[in-house]
Amino acid sequence: MEFLKKNPKIFQWLFLLIVFFALCFAIEVPETYKFIRGQAEFIKDPNQSTFVFAGKEVRYYAFDVFWRLPPLLGWLPIWINDSLFFLMNDWMPMEFWNEDTQEFKTRPLLLQISRNLTGFMTFIIELIREILLGGLETIVAFTSWDFIDANPWAELPGLPWTIVAAGATILSYKLSGKGLAIFAGLTMVYISIFGQWKPSMQTLSFILVAAPLSFIFGLGLGISAFKSKRVEKALYPILLVMQTMPQYAVLVPALVLFGVGDHAAVIITMIVAIPPMILLTLLGLRAIPPEVIEAGRMSGCNNWQLMFKVLIPTARRDILIGVNQVIMVCFSMAVISAFIGAKGLGFNLLLALNQLNIGLALEAGLCISLIAILLDKMSLAWANKQTDYFGNLSFFERNKNTIFFIGAFIIGIVLAYIGTFLFKDTFNYLFEIPHNKGISTADFWNKGVDWIFDTFFVYIKAFNTWLIQDVLQPMRALYLRMPAIATIVLVVGAGYLIGGIRSALVVCGLTLFIALSPWWDRALVTTYMATFGVIVSCLIGFTVGTLCFQSKSAAKFMLGVCDIFQTFPSFVYLIPVMMLFGITDTSVLIAVIVYATIPATRYTIEGLRSVPVSLHEAATMSGVNKFQRLTKIEFPLAFPHMMLGLNQTIVFALFMVIIGAFIGTEDLGQYILKALSDKNGAGIGLTLGICVAFIGLIFDNLIRTWVDKRKKHLGIA
Amino acid sequence: MSEAVIKCESVYKIFGENAEKMLQKANGNVDAKTFQENGCIVGVNNASFEVAKGEMLVVMGLSGSGKSTLLRCISRLTDATGGKIFIEGQDLLELNNKELIDLRRNKMGMVFQSFALLPHKTVVENIAFPLQIKGINTDDSISKAMDMVKLVGLDGRENYFPRELSGGQQQRVGIARSLAVEPDIWFLDEPFSALDPLIRKEMQDEFLRLQDKLQKTIMFITHDFDEALKLADRIAIMKDGIIEQLDTPAKIVLNPATEYVRKFTEEVPREKVLLIEDVMDQSTSDNLGDLRVSKDEIIENVAEKILTQEKTVGVIDKNNKIIGSINPTKIINTVFGERKNRN
Repeated sequence: MEFLKKNPKIFQWLFLLIVFFALCFAIEVPETYKFIRGQAEFIKDPNQSTFVFAGKEVRYYAFDVFWRLPPLLGWLPIWINDSLFFLMNDWMPMEFWNEDTQEFKTRPLLLQISRNLTGFMTFIIELIREILLGGLETIVAFTSWDFIDANPWAELPGLPWTIVAAGATILSYKLSGKGLAIFAGLTMVYISIFGQWKPSMQTLSFILVAAPLSFIFGLGLGISAFKSKRVEKALYPILLVMQTMPQYAVLVPALVLFGVGDHAAVIITMIVAIPPMILLTLLGLRAIPPEVIEAGRMSGCNNWQLMFKVLIPTARRDILIGVNQVIMVCFSMAVISAFIGAKGLGFNLLLALNQLNIGLALEAGLCISLIAILLDKMSLAWANKQTDYFGNLSFFERNKNTIFFIGAFIIGIVLAYIGTFLFKDTFNYLFEIPHNKGISTADFWNKGVDWIFDTFFVYIKAFNTWLIQDVLQPMRALYLRMPAIATIVLVVGAGYLIGGIRSALVVCGLTLFIALSPWWDRALVTTYMATFGVIVSCLIGFTVGTLCFQSKSAAKFMLGVCDIFQTFPSFVYLIPVMMLFGITDTSVLIAVIVYATIPATRYTIEGLRSVPVSLHEAATMSGVNKFQRLTKIEFPLAFPHMMLGLNQTIVFALFMVIIGAFIGTEDLGQYILKALSDKNGAGIGLTLGICVAFIGLIFDNLIRTWVDKRKKHLGIA
Repeated sequence: MSEAVIKCESVYKIFGENAEKMLQKANGNVDAKTFQENGCIVGVNNASFEVAKGEMLVVMGLSGSGKSTLLRCISRLTDATGGKIFIEGQDLLELNNKELIDLRRNKMGMVFQSFALLPHKTVVENIAFPLQIKGINTDDSISKAMDMVKLVGLDGRENYFPRELSGGQQQRVGIARSLAVEPDIWFLDEPFSALDPLIRKEMQDEFLRLQDKLQKTIMFITHDFDEALKLADRIAIMKDGIIEQLDTPAKIVLNPATEYVRKFTEEVPREKVLLIEDVMDQSTSDNLGDLRVSKDEIIENVAEKILTQEKTVGVIDKNNKIIGSINPTKIINTVFGERKNRN
């Protein structure tokens, strides 16, 4: 009792838990309630009732409202859908000049905008794609199909792979130096001789459009949010939701607005990639010391010069992290947008996964990851490049990279020409190695997988069964057993205890939205999978992070590993787990754990590192041993930062759980995936996405509020 | 005295939403307390002064006294709430944006407490920055910047990044940058406050050397009274936005205008600040010894000579004309006497 009096917070938490469990036990499971795999919540049921809300008919179970809230928001997806269709097909019809038919045509404004936008995107993508691979579309865009028919020579020839490889190597050398150049060269050669050239270049052309556009728009919006409070306020909620919105969910509305294909993929990628860029730009600009801005002003900068010569370069570090994020998201989306018809490696990867051809999937995944790492490093090197004003260079030295590239260009063409004689009967390997005609290691991997499966089948099976039967199923049952009211009380109570009435209201609103949607049960399943993943990830991440922190070089190495793993598109993580565990929940969860361990580890190391040296010394002089120092000094101080890591871990875990729907789960993600093939799926997809985003935001809000308070308390804000 | 380069006429800077209305209502009688009750904070309160060409005005005050705010009003990094500021006869507050930028590009230079160097540029690029902003091409600006690098003694480090330099070196870059456009007016906002004492002294000497050579019109902000005494032609002491006293160092030490100023002057070693002129007797008795001292000497430098004399010492001006006298007792009184009384 004395203890509780001293720590009123603990008492409050205990009270909250008691209320929660009391509610759990007090509210019986209604007899009509069933959670059936793969089926919608509306089971035919004698007790099923309907009532009219806001002009719509709402169906819900007639059982206890304390158990599950009625799906009052059931109309929302339909409404979103109707609005989208209305906007696209009926809103603001206007006269537009049609080039093909040479006449004015009436079209809804939004449709026209969307068509123009997609047309423009398609053109840029095709242009880059045809420079790399050759083709007709670009010329057609300027002339017509008739012109092509009349002039059979009119075709962009495409660059031989040797030239692209040499170009990438020389560019890397110019930007960074030998190391990156060798990496670039090897990557390109690997891609080529393993027969992934064409899809890789398709993906690359997609990235080369999506990434710069995302960067420019993100930077621009970030700047305008920095300059105007009003823009910031308008952007903030969107940014917040987009941060935790699963990428799948945005695909569906995009289908309606922009159709199917690479152009839609680019636009959707931009929508996903721009928010983090905005956030980081804003963060970077905010952190600039006021004196630097004043120094710029006193140097006589006008607004333009101040922004581009002083502010942005000074905020470079954060903006670069933004670029890194943009590239990550672009590659991640390159795979996911294969669902809406983007060509390239992503498409091959999905196809291979669908056929359970792990070897092929692995090759495609490796290519994507390699290109992702390469572009990431190149952009970083580009931003850190500096000029030498004093070197007295000769013409050759100044232009050696250009000269080398021209040389490589000519040699490449000559080689390709020679190739036409060398490989008369087969493909011209010096021009382009066709897909699946290169060396393929797929068989090797597949055999390997088979071998592993044959050899360890018993153990894997046993582990799998144990995990599912003894851990996952009970855990899921527990989650589903929670009455809605109990959950809401728990979450809102936590919000109140952590952040006061304001936090409680925010959290309550977010939870109610999910509870009133028709997918509460699915949301619980998503939460259970995410929780499991997060707990294991945190255990691993905090342990690994703490261990690595003990040695400087190990910490540095681990951060590097995290960097590289983070660059992998999220889908790639599914490959190895499917290799081992097949199509089960275990696969998804292991992918979740691997993916979510990255931020957990990173933030642990960074948090421990951020403990001031003076405190270390003070602790050492007080005579603590290593273990005491860790538990008494380092953990308490690093804990707020580690909690931010937990926040990231949750977001990562949620993302992966949703992506895991591809393997087959029965949570929100599965419904998003279903919505993709549904004609009226846009509203459902978006609402589901918002549900997932809100799950993330609930934790985000709680954790952030706690961290801010704790940091203030510790005086390290 | 030549024409004033900087001229302030009852400048006010008040932070807060209704600052201007409140100021108009107050009608020249601004009371910090009433303003604070209405959610306004008084930064600068009725500052009027002039700085002549080639003069160094040091504004001294503790943190929160409004000295930096005053400087930012005069460089128009913030707009003054009331009053008038003239730079070389031009009304600063009337300038449009373009004219202001022009003024800053050609006439003003500023050094900052935290150096405010651009982290992505090397030493030479930082110094060349204002020149490049002006539109001077790369080669010319870099070669001009290299002259500046030599002026502040950083040759050999021109390709270093700010993060690779010590604090003193970084501030040298800041000084070089502010001088690169050859401004007439030089603002320094606590330039040496972030430096170690030894480095600070070195930089002060360096600064005096530069000023000797360049003869800029200077406004120098500091919270260090000793620094103010060492550098200033005149000192303005600020408290709560009000200039308590504005005078030469000697006069401030001898006649502190307010109790607040007196507190600063108490611990000042007078012999290091006062000149012979400040303490001599105007009357010239006939009973002078052989020794003559110049009226512009600092007491410390000649005290030993005077104290070894038995007779009264004559004080001479530049033309070797005797204008007064000083006897050893006077010196002893100046250095030790008054302080004893205070205790």
